[in-house]
Amino acid sequence: MIRSQGLSYRYPQGPALNFPDVEVAQGAVLLLSGPSGCGKSTWLALAAGLMAPSAGALAVAGRSLNAIKSVAADAWRARAIGYLPQKLHLSAALTVQQNLAMAQWAGGQPEDRTRIGAALQALGVQALAQRKPGQLSGGQAQRVALARAVLLQPQVLLADEPTASLDDEAAADAVGLLLHTAGQHGATLVIATHDARVAQLIPAGVDGKNGFQSLRLLHRRLLIDEHADGVGKPAHEGGTP
Amino acid sequence: MKTWVWAWHFLWSRPLNAALNVLLLGLGLGSITFLLLVGHQISRAFERDLAGIDLVVGAKGSPMQLILSGVLHIDVPTGNVPLKAVQALAKNPLVASLIPISLGDNFQAYRIVGTSPAYISHYGATLAQGQAWSEPMQVVLGATVARHLGLQLGQRFVGSHGLGGGGHAHGDNPYTVVGILAPSASVLDRLILTDTASVWKVHEDYTAVDDDDRAVMADEREVTLALLSYKTPLAAVSLPRYVNTSTEMQAAAPALEISRLLHMLGLGTDVLRAFTAVLLLTAALSVFIALWSSLRERRADLALLRMLGATPAKLAALLLCEALWLGLLASLLGLALGQGFAAALGWFLQLDSSLLLGGLSWPAELVWVPALALAVSLGAALLPALGAYRVSVLELLQTR
Repeated sequence: MIRSQGLSYRYPQGPALNFPDVEVAQGAVLLLSGPSGCGKSTWLALAAGLMAPSAGALAVAGRSLNAIKSVAADAWRARAIGYLPQKLHLSAALTVQQNLAMAQWAGGQPEDRTRIGAALQALGVQALAQRKPGQLSGGQAQRVALARAVLLQPQVLLADEPTASLDDEAAADAVGLLLHTAGQHGATLVIATHDARVAQLIPAGVDGKNGFQSLRLLHRRLLIDEHADGVGKPAHEGGTP
Repeated sequence: MKTWVWAWHFLWSRPLNAALNVLLLGLGLGSITFLLLVGHQISRAFERDLAGIDLVVGAKGSPMQLILSGVLHIDVPTGNVPLKAVQALAKNPLVASLIPISLGDNFQAYRIVGTSPAYISHYGATLAQGQAWSEPMQVVLGATVARHLGLQLGQRFVGSHGLGGGGHAHGDNPYTVVGILAPSASVLDRLILTDTASVWKVHEDYTAVDDDDRAVMADEREVTLALLSYKTPLAAVSLPRYVNTSTEMQAAAPALEISRLLHMLGLGTDVLRAFTAVLLLTAALSVFIALWSSLRERRADLALLRMLGATPAKLAALLLCEALWLGLLASLLGLALGQGFAAALGWFLQLDSSLLLGGLSWPAELVWVPALALAVSLGAALLPALGAYRVSVLELLQTR
């Protein structure tokens, strides 16, 4: 599960980003939406334990990330977090299988080809194991990247702009695949996106069953403008469950 | 898979870049290997061929030329000296032994050396076949000569005038092969040895017009030079001075001349060494640029690995391993190139038969080559590795 309270992060040369409180149950879906630059990536980095919050409390997958040490955070992230980036970053020099093996290496796990095969099979791309990423279609590559993200059985799956540059049909497939894969692993799914279509692509059943939340972050510039105007509203508005 | 296996994959993900870097670093290391090999082989040859020779006495001229021609047999002699003067010197109480050397002829560019059997025993050489000469016009072949010319015991040949090939053939006085030396890894391997009297006979028969003339020549016989060893270390102080001031001969101390030669060679090798240093610096810079650009290209990939749980140290180790691969491959290439350069130079200068320069040899100094390669590649990889260590995952997250 994910729980945050009074979460805030301040960049050295910039204003503080204050995030709405959130509580997401294990296996639920959190939609993190808002325009570019509003702080989605910062929120993902905080949730992945890549940096410590400047203020507030944050616990992900049963671990408080407020005072976690760097080395411990790396080990924890390998076990607890799966990550699907917008740019898939599959290494062109390696085969699909090697790309997944590299994820095991990064997570400090021994190479387990059976597990890799199972992860690829679950996403229907086992036949592509020996291909290089350059030989894959966009959809195939995304499936491979998703197999890599869930390879180490994470408790939380972070997907960053999974529908960017996709047409409606492909976007629907991508979201469906994410929901299916996260559901298979019982992982909490966080989708960070500025794509308004994603909220509609999450079936209503998910909302009722798993507690789908939509957390809307506003643009940082708004904060500055509001402060300049003396409006004094909160930096970001939180959406409601 | 292990970190070094991933590093290998990443290194060859840009094959042209990797190959050029290996080549550039390999060329620098090849030059260093070449310098080390040449230095080693030349000093070994000097040590081997000069051992036990305290003084070389010959005609006045360049003392270094005297040593190079009379001991190493890679130069022409300064002239001849009277046999009587040499015989008188042999009786000097400071002289322990004296070996006469008479040069002047060759057979297919291998020098025919008139000497005494003591010359063979001086280098500890042994006969592989046959026996030593017992009369003039009999020869003992060095191992290399016998192998290259294919001469067998009992075969006859005529020498040619001069020390290189192509001189006038002394057709009236053929030599007979009576012995073949076992390889001794000394200068003897590439010489044709005979009695000093053979050289006199060939040349007296060639130039004398009648018996009177022959008698005069016999009275005025010469040798080219003589190799001496001292009876006492004190001789080193007085004997050379005595020879140089009181006789018509010149005395040259091999140790002194060779150290002068090595110093002169050293000036040349210093220039080569400086050039090699520039080459290595260029290679280091190239490795640095390659790793740095690779880091820049793969920053996001590395950030993703961080996201997947890799520690900063693991990413730095990945870059360092890539550099180690470069260093290792460049070492192998450099060693092969250096050995190839040395062998090619030996062949080109036709010194290989002199054993001054030759094929493969593995002096202990060559351990510096991989050590230097690893130092250069790791040194060049430090900043990129630090960059990998500090790679920002947020950068990846913000990449759109």
